[in-house]
Amino acid sequence: MMDRRAVEEQLFRGLMYLSLAIVLGSLFLVFAIVVFKGAAALNIAMVTQVPHGGYYLGKEGGILNAIVGSIYLAVGAIILATGISIPTAWYLQNLSQRSQYAAGIRMMLDIAAGIPSLIYGAFVFLIMVMVQARASLLWGIITVGIFITPLLTRAIDEVMQTVPSKLKEASYSLGATRLETIYHVVTRQALPGLITAILVAFGRGIGDAASVLFTAGYTDSIPASLNDPVATLPLAIFFQLGTPFPQVQERAYASGIILLVIVLIICIGSRYLAKKYVRYSIK
Amino acid sequence: MNATEISIKNFTISIENREILKNISVDIPKNQITVIIGPSGCGKSTLLRSMNRMTDLLEHVTTDGEIIINGKNVLDPAINLSQLRKNVGMIAQAPNPLPMSIYDNIVYGLRIHGMKDHKSLDRQAERCLKSVGLWNEVHDRLKEPASTLSLGQQQRLCLARALAIEPEILLCDETTSALDPISAKHIENELIALKNDYSIVFVTHVLRQAKRLADYVIFLYLGEVVEHGPAHEVFTNPKDPRTKAYLEGVFG
Amino acid sequence: MRDLRDRIVNSILFVPTLFSGVLLIVMVLTLIQKSGQILSTRPLADLLFSSSWQPFAGNFGFLPFIMGTIWVTALAMLAAVPISLLSAIYLSEYAHARVRDIIQPVIDLLAGIPSVVYGLFGILLVVPLIKYSVAPLFGITSSGYCVLAGGLVLAIMVFPILISISYEVFRTVPLEMREASLGLGATRWETVKHVVLKKAFPGVIAAVILGFSRAFGETMAVLMVVGNVARVPTSVFDPAYPIPALIANNYGEMMSIPLYDSALMFAALLLLLVVIVFNIAARYVLVKVMAVA
Repeated sequence: MMDRRAVEEQLFRGLMYLSLAIVLGSLFLVFAIVVFKGAAALNIAMVTQVPHGGYYLGKEGGILNAIVGSIYLAVGAIILATGISIPTAWYLQNLSQRSQYAAGIRMMLDIAAGIPSLIYGAFVFLIMVMVQARASLLWGIITVGIFITPLLTRAIDEVMQTVPSKLKEASYSLGATRLETIYHVVTRQALPGLITAILVAFGRGIGDAASVLFTAGYTDSIPASLNDPVATLPLAIFFQLGTPFPQVQERAYASGIILLVIVLIICIGSRYLAKKYVRYSIK
Repeated sequence: MNATEISIKNFTISIENREILKNISVDIPKNQITVIIGPSGCGKSTLLRSMNRMTDLLEHVTTDGEIIINGKNVLDPAINLSQLRKNVGMIAQAPNPLPMSIYDNIVYGLRIHGMKDHKSLDRQAERCLKSVGLWNEVHDRLKEPASTLSLGQQQRLCLARALAIEPEILLCDETTSALDPISAKHIENELIALKNDYSIVFVTHVLRQAKRLADYVIFLYLGEVVEHGPAHEVFTNPKDPRTKAYLEGVFG
Repeated sequence: MRDLRDRIVNSILFVPTLFSGVLLIVMVLTLIQKSGQILSTRPLADLLFSSSWQPFAGNFGFLPFIMGTIWVTALAMLAAVPISLLSAIYLSEYAHARVRDIIQPVIDLLAGIPSVVYGLFGILLVVPLIKYSVAPLFGITSSGYCVLAGGLVLAIMVFPILISISYEVFRTVPLEMREASLGLGATRWETVKHVVLKKAFPGVIAAVILGFSRAFGETMAVLMVVGNVARVPTSVFDPAYPIPALIANNYGEMMSIPLYDSALMFAALLLLLVVIVFNIAARYVLVKVMAVA
């Protein structure tokens, strides 16, 4: 009898190890391939020049347009998103934690966060058609901004909820109002988590393609104003991968490894920052 | 001289680099209720849980010495844990019914250890529920979830569940502390009735309860066995001044 | 005075809070309105069950896309659920804290990789693998751009959400229950089987539903490897054309053909409704499960 049970235990342990190996192995494979191809394509010219001919002509040049474009767009989007998310998180914190109303708002935010970015893109595109606007940096910022807002809001909200209540009590007992407490105490305590949340949302925004597909346009140059179309790294990959010209494909690979490096930096960076800022927070 | 059920020899245990028990040597007698008393945090629960290796669930545990049950050292990594725990049952502080019906709770241990025959399972379930005095209360709703029982009933269920697999030893970790006085009394009476067939080790920090239940007493203080012996001796004539102080309520 | 200021500020804060909710409702309404056109000219049954997709001729049968989505999503979930569950069980029930500390960042990393990069990976590795190794094994010639490619890439993308939510759900099972089972002599795995999984079951279902929802809406990576041919797939080596891919590939040019824009918005509406319903159902269950903890 015991034999069968021990065998069962060992069998499932083995399956668990296998599953973990698959998960870890997938990450390894993705990184390996993209880094391998991307590193080969990376050189000074790639990151300092804009493309000299694009998709159909296969000329040389780099992806500076996409790098700068993505940065402009993601920074604009994160500013927009933070501007909406933080007040919303404050509002939520101010509500009684048990209220149905607060639960309802959180539920709604979770649902909004689960909607594919494609839908946000399609919706904004509809609006652009209505107002007869053309794809541009501005519309890209708006699209990415509104699509990362729900998940940023919830992330900030979660972080603020982990602030221990005894800190809030200390503030109240000194006579502070709820909002003052939230503004001065909760936010400060939650700072490391806040930064992490913003970084993660930034990463999400800079890597997304479906939302900017028709709202931000694409171009070989760096936008000079908000009304210009803008190239983004994800679209650089998407558009340039399918060409028969290796020089153009190279740009796709380079964009790939740059995006991957950005994600890596954000992951490591947010952990490091969180640890660094924890000094000021009470454990 | 009563027979010994559990023989503890030079047992030391450290958890996360903190020494919880130091060099414990004591014998637990057979078919008696041995009560381990002492202030909170002195290692009583840890000692109890070492006897059925539930301490394995914690991280960074190192042990030294031996705990001998039935001629084997249960601290030996080669020991079959499943068999050990079949033989050494435990009832925890707060009732912890499994997420299943009352019936499934009782027969869970039996099924795990291989009993399949319906009739045998039914018989054993009835027997054990009767011995904890639950049968009349639940016999008509055995399929209902165990969570629908009151706390006192749940704890009796847990006792019945432990009895079902017919252990030799019962470890009770402050088993009545989460219950109201009436339910607590029920459980105490049941344990007293059970000691003829089982060896019971009971941890408590309530002296009154210890005096009610104990045949044998072990006084644990700061991780060491300060004094141990037959209950009437330790309670009426403690030899160690620390025991005396504790019994007089000098420290809780 | 400060109270008054607080109240004013609070009212101001209310506005951004409304933002996401209002946006959601506006999006749904707009898509409904836009779909109105095609819904009024074609019976719903036709749209959903016809496999004839010829927008130039006015035929808008969505079946190939619906089936394509189902094939790819089902394959992905079939692969991802067992792997993710087993991983989550290991992390929750067996792993030391040190192991968890190593694996957690890996999962976060997987979750953070952009969709297009997965697509890139798919094109560089998965598609050739299928074309040159896997398909020939079964005696089939395939371009590699097929359901299998989409399913595999999607499965990897769904790992993080499945693992992390399942893990959180397992953590809500009280330690005492595990102790009860182990104390009776059950093995670790028996405890997982009879106690942990049993108690965590609703939460695990919710995790799977959320995983489904994520897989359903995933656009870029799948689009890049799945072939984009508007035919109902008959095997995993056939190409497919999931709904998100349909929308992404075409909504820029949709103005030129009558009813096309309405059809695509209808597709978007379908997608949106499925995702919303799945999310509401799963989140509702999860709120209940987590509240006990």
